[in-house]
Amino acid sequence: MAARTHRVLPGFGLALGYTLVYLSLLILLPLGGMILKASDLGFAQIIDIALGERALAAFRVTFGASFLAAAVNAFFGLIVAWILVRYPFPGKRFVDALVDLPFALPTAVAGITLATIYAGNGWLGRFIEPLGFKVAYTPAGIVVALTFVTLPFVVRTLQPVIEDIEPEVEEAAATLGASRWQTFYRIIFPAIFPALLTGFALAFARAIGEFGSVIFIAGNLPLVSEIVPLLIISKLEQYDVLGATALAVVMLAISFVMLLGINGLQWWAANRHRNSEPPEAAAGKAKGDGE
Amino acid sequence: MNFLPRTIFAVLFGLLTGTASADATLLNASYDVARDVYKDYNPMFQKHWKATTGETLELKQSHGGSSKQVRAVADGLEADVVTMNQANDIEFLADKGLVAKDWAKKFPNNASPYTSAMVFIVRKGNPKAIKDWPDLAAPGTQVILPHPKNTGNGRNTYLSAWAWALRQPGGNDAKAQEFLGKLLKNAPLFAAGGRDATTTFMQRKMGDVLVTFESEAEMIAKEFGKGEFEVVYPSLTMQTEFPVAVVEKVVDKKGTRKQATAYLDYLWSKEGQENAAQNYLRPRDTELLKKYAHFFPPVKTFTVDEVFGGANKAFATHFKDGGTFDRIYTQK
Repeated sequence: MAARTHRVLPGFGLALGYTLVYLSLLILLPLGGMILKASDLGFAQIIDIALGERALAAFRVTFGASFLAAAVNAFFGLIVAWILVRYPFPGKRFVDALVDLPFALPTAVAGITLATIYAGNGWLGRFIEPLGFKVAYTPAGIVVALTFVTLPFVVRTLQPVIEDIEPEVEEAAATLGASRWQTFYRIIFPAIFPALLTGFALAFARAIGEFGSVIFIAGNLPLVSEIVPLLIISKLEQYDVLGATALAVVMLAISFVMLLGINGLQWWAANRHRNSEPPEAAAGKAKGDGE
Repeated sequence: MNFLPRTIFAVLFGLLTGTASADATLLNASYDVARDVYKDYNPMFQKHWKATTGETLELKQSHGGSSKQVRAVADGLEADVVTMNQANDIEFLADKGLVAKDWAKKFPNNASPYTSAMVFIVRKGNPKAIKDWPDLAAPGTQVILPHPKNTGNGRNTYLSAWAWALRQPGGNDAKAQEFLGKLLKNAPLFAAGGRDATTTFMQRKMGDVLVTFESEAEMIAKEFGKGEFEVVYPSLTMQTEFPVAVVEKVVDKKGTRKQATAYLDYLWSKEGQENAAQNYLRPRDTELLKKYAHFFPPVKTFTVDEVFGGANKAFATHFKDGGTFDRIYTQK
């Protein structure tokens, strides 16, 4: 590793300083303040608050629904991104623009609209409720709202990566005798997997903190469909700022650990071919596989 | 393309000169649905103040959830007066030293210029024959209400049902809690707020009965038509108060005590009371109450002070973490 590398653009020191100050002011300061506030309580009390029966149920609902929503988006978002990049079709630009709408819409509007559509007399609710699927005012409604709100994350992170995969790569795989499934599984998927994880992580993180859209469709019943942000509001309603901060800190800690895990997985996925095996070994292995 | 900077400049200029021309500015931090009340009241008071003192007053409004507003004031929002829908919100400001400890005595009627009552809204023809609180706890009835822990509207509903159960022959706290347990089991959801509950009931047609403010019933009539629902007055219900207070710290700093006090005093004038009545809030003025009797049929009410010994105490017993509401769900 060279100690000094030549850089084309000057001003690295300035830019780094700026980055650190900017991130500190914008992110570290408020988060640090929050953790400082929560530290008034002491570790045991924070754990006590987080392990209350209603809080535990809310943590389960929040993280469960967020994970499901992110997973649903990882699967369907991949399909959407693939279609939008690879196939020309009439109205493609329109569909492409549609993907960003959940970002632009105030989340409360999204929640109210979804609740109206999925309610027993709504456009969708009237057809699916007789079949036994209740969505509005159940935990399933939370998943629907979160899926809606986080859709753009997966699609938008995948699109540029899919664009970078040259169709020639697939053709080369085909000429070397790979089946369609092998081409996808061995060539395309490894290339997009890190981006897919990024999209998943972004969607998941966004879903955990989501409040506005969820409360209108969740039903908010204690132990059943209360999310953690609702409990935080409930604490604030009691002017219990400390308790609210405690819940927020626990939520932050869990999210941080999960995102760290996803990042680690992503790092591993991106580097396993490059670093873990020397090129000769990888080539040899590929040869061995071919036989 | 340079009309935009010009427009911005013009708007800024307008704002600056607008504020400069007033002799004093008052900010009223208020709860959410009070918008209509103060939209009409503010110009009335401006005219009155100009006529009596010659001063031009600028009045600004800030609306939001009652407790959120109070927190904003505690955190430094420079409101001269607060006009809320729950006494415990103003108590919070009194605890913080922003509002006088004896704020409730500074104005007549517990510092609440008008009141409302919690009522039932049922579907046209009252198909489930809902008359009183026990009908809401009967098996097979669906009740729509906002979250009792997080919204003033939901808390008033909860306390009304509790007070009814308490006042029954042989009624006590244990029986009241059991009754509330049955009633809450009939709630298929807890709405996010008062208006969300109304939408759920009226537009999404969920539930058999909605519990809300009497004043909200008239709003529903305007929005959805009178023939769509009926209002049922239970045998006992809460008289909800809308307390007001001067924010001492702010008026001392800004030198607006005189104007702020007069602004709130004027709520008790004939004009102020009539404005409340026209917004379907029960005026304290008995003559006006008679004049608008078609809006306000007689109903037997209780106040939180009478039954629960004050808003703060009621809140602590029932809605704090570990209070009766939590126990209904966690004690199986």
